[in-house]
Amino acid sequence: MEINATLLGQMIAFGIFVWFTMKFVWPSLSTAMKSRQERISDGLSAAERGRQELEEAEAKKDEILKEARQQASDILEQANKRSSEIIEEARDSARQEGERQLAQAQAQIDQELTKARTELRDQVVTLAVTGASRVLEREVDAKAHNDLLEDLAKQL
Amino acid sequence: MSQDAGVTGYIQHHLTNWRVGEGFWALHMDSLAVSVLLGALFCLVMWVAARRATSGTPGPLQNTVEMMVEFVEGLVADTYHGKNPIVAPMALTIFVWVFLMNLMDLVPVDLAPETMTALGWEYFKILPTANLNITFGLSLSVLALVIGFSFYYKGAGGFAKEMLFHPFGPWLLPFNLILNIVELLAKPISLSLRLFGNLYAAELIFLMIASLTLGFGTHWVEMLTSVGGLTLLVGQVILATIWAIFHILVIPLQAFIFMMLSIVYLSMAAEHH
Repeated sequence: MEINATLLGQMIAFGIFVWFTMKFVWPSLSTAMKSRQERISDGLSAAERGRQELEEAEAKKDEILKEARQQASDILEQANKRSSEIIEEARDSARQEGERQLAQAQAQIDQELTKARTELRDQVVTLAVTGASRVLEREVDAKAHNDLLEDLAKQL
Repeated sequence: MSQDAGVTGYIQHHLTNWRVGEGFWALHMDSLAVSVLLGALFCLVMWVAARRATSGTPGPLQNTVEMMVEFVEGLVADTYHGKNPIVAPMALTIFVWVFLMNLMDLVPVDLAPETMTALGWEYFKILPTANLNITFGLSLSVLALVIGFSFYYKGAGGFAKEMLFHPFGPWLLPFNLILNIVELLAKPISLSLRLFGNLYAAELIFLMIASLTLGFGTHWVEMLTSVGGLTLLVGQVILATIWAIFHILVIPLQAFIFMMLSIVYLSMAAEHH
């Protein structure tokens, strides 16, 4: 095996290929890989951030839901209270109305009764006077015995 | 196939390079052509991959190339402390190029010489790394880089100091110098001889396996009808298969060793003592 100029040729070829790889191959591949690594790590951190935000949103949602439920139950309670109040009021006013009407009716009845009583008394007086005048066969001076008659009517 | 010269002639023929010129300025055109073609193929594929390189989803080519780049980058980062734009691309080039050249070992031993003989060349050895010139060409380039790195990182004074005073101090100066020169020269010699020896031996054994049935020449019928001929044929197929499978391991391993040692030598050159 002899050593000859093939060695020099090989060295030159080696130099050219290494230079080519260094100049045209390595940098762009290396850059592409690095930027992909960056993108992946960015993506991962974004995913992590998203997950955190989701968690926060979830917590917020729960809180809002709780608040809303609370509010709803408050409103319901208020409404219940209000309705019972209204019912109570209505009952009160109905009772008052009824009492008022009852009192009115009572008053009317009393009035009617008094009126009837007065009328009856008058009629009885008249009847008594008529009867008495018939009995006595003479005119009773109604005016003269008015006091007497009044007194009589009151006793009835 | 030159049957008249027997097994020795057959092996010698297959191990002879296609040579142009005489003396030192002769060129082994087969080794050079194959190695340059493979190197150019490597560069072309890498260049196409680099041109299309995207930071988005990589295609199959980019994936493959990136796998290699990442592999080499990891090795360089582990071994070579410091930053240098040459080391990693050089390591990648060495690894893939030597791998491709070694791969020529798996080309059937008769295919290239027979084809080229038919085309008019007398000799054609397709395996470049079984040529000392090729392996020395690689390792001397690495040596040149090692010396260059030494000057660049330590300065001429620092390098001279290390050559003269290391490892035994100024009192053993001549001894230090001789030791360091031997150490420096041992690097390319061990690099290239390891690669050359492995691949040359591999090729030789492939040739010997191939020469088992050489005695029958073109008498196919005789070989296929005799017990001895059939035994030899079956033995040849089995042996060649085993040896080829073994070389699926050896080929990348030798490429890897060459690359790894180059990185180590460069990192030693760049380190301060």
